[in-house]
Amino acid sequence: MNEAPAEPVEDIEIQLLLEALYQRYHFDFRHYAKSSIKRRLRQAREQLGFATFSAMQEKVLHSEAMVGPLLDYLTVQVSEMFRDPGYFKAMRERVVPHLRTYPSLKIWIAGCSHGEEVYSFAIMLLEEGLLDRTMIYATDINPGALEVARSGVYPLDRIAAFTRNHQQAGGKTSLADYYTTAYGRAVFDKKLRAQVVFSDHSLVTDEVFTECQLVSCRNVMIYFDRTLQDRAVGLFRDSLTRRGFLGLGSKETLRFSEHAAAFTDFVREEKIYQRGEA
Amino acid sequence: MSAEPVAAVVIGASAGAVQALSEILPRLPADYPLPVLVVVHVPSAPSGLTTLFSTKCAMAVVEPDDKEMLAPGTIYFAPPGYHLLVEPGGSVALSADEPVLYSRPSIDVLFESAADSFGPALLGIVLTGANEDGARGAAQIVAQGGSVLVEDPATAYAATMPAAALAHCPAARALSLDAICEALISVAAQ
Ligand SMILES: C[S@@+](CC[C@H](N)C(=O)[O-])C[C@H]1O[C@@H](n2cnc3c(N)ncnc32)[C@H](O)[C@@H]1O
Repeated sequence: MNEAPAEPVEDIEIQLLLEALYQRYHFDFRHYAKSSIKRRLRQAREQLGFATFSAMQEKVLHSEAMVGPLLDYLTVQVSEMFRDPGYFKAMRERVVPHLRTYPSLKIWIAGCSHGEEVYSFAIMLLEEGLLDRTMIYATDINPGALEVARSGVYPLDRIAAFTRNHQQAGGKTSLADYYTTAYGRAVFDKKLRAQVVFSDHSLVTDEVFTECQLVSCRNVMIYFDRTLQDRAVGLFRDSLTRRGFLGLGSKETLRFSEHAAAFTDFVREEKIYQRGEA
Repeated sequence: MSAEPVAAVVIGASAGAVQALSEILPRLPADYPLPVLVVVHVPSAPSGLTTLFSTKCAMAVVEPDDKEMLAPGTIYFAPPGYHLLVEPGGSVALSADEPVLYSRPSIDVLFESAADSFGPALLGIVLTGANEDGARGAAQIVAQGGSVLVEDPATAYAATMPAAALAHCPAARALSLDAICEALISVAAQ
């Protein structure tokens, strides 16, 4: 026996469970922030009715049907259209003038969840006359979330908040111009996603797949540990053109990233960065 | 109190929070040797708490960014709209997970993650509030060997939250705000 204090059994079990999920299905949560992944796994264990994480691990290894439910616990699908309106306002007022100078544009929305962020960008770009020259790549690891994003259908009771945010974000039209309602749901206009490619992409295990002028990756890397954050920011740096833009969530920063030097603050308060020339 | 020296303090407060915190936080000296993490239930961003308490407090008052390292002499307010968690190495992890008991930030989420990270070296404090947030978290702090102080429900602005914490966590001690403040200063002197 060595002298190091024994790790709590629960922590060992969590590591083994995540290892099983990775080796069997290639979903890699091994370097997610420990505190939040533990909390969500405890929820999953309680609600899926397992006594221990070891029992869950056994099930994961032997039943593919466990992956979907588990993925829904491990990836958090909380979003809003024009979430943090100041961010979209800064995009419109400060970044769009630069985007205008390109004959064609590519934008990558990484960790797009149910698509709220995608439709927000599409609406803003339409209002600014840029949508028809833009390709939007919207990626996530959760197939169910991508499915919802593709459909562009949201419960009507969310529309009031979306509308308020759109106005605060400097919206030039009425949000109601972009959706129709039916059966208690709002269906967003197909033309908003005519230029959107939804695809499965993991910031943890996949490589760069396109060159783009803007990456928006909000409230995704908060779930990563620092090593993983470095990997993801490295992908963004490699996929951005020189002078390209990177937007993060309102409480995220590149300050602790090993790639910090590759970027400069562009709109500091809104966590919008610009890639340097190098 | 547990034998282990305290390495961090977590505080939860809801209805009546500003008043109660105003009787505690401004009395901590600028060189208070522990990080103090605070969850207050606020309806929406921006909360204005950091601005308010910066002017009243000697300690530095911040809303942390994700992955910031906790430092002594600093009060960390959970940013509105995010849960505030502590990573095992002592850095901040924020999350946009669903609200817990209708709140994001949630006191339970902070307390449970801090209990996992600091174990017996954690002091938790539950102040005034009109719901049950903090009760589960307080129990978790004690289960990991830490200690919990609760504002006396008899004198709290809203008794529900302190009462729930005491009910869930029999090892917690009920004290006046004044006594809580003295305890905070004395644990730091250990
Ligand atoms: C809280 S949501 C953020 C939604 C939106 N970007 C926003 O800020 O409102 C986090 C999203 O990140 C996705 N995600 C988690 N791990 C990922 C990974 N390794 N690669 C890509 N997306 C990931 C989740 O599936 C989820 O949809």
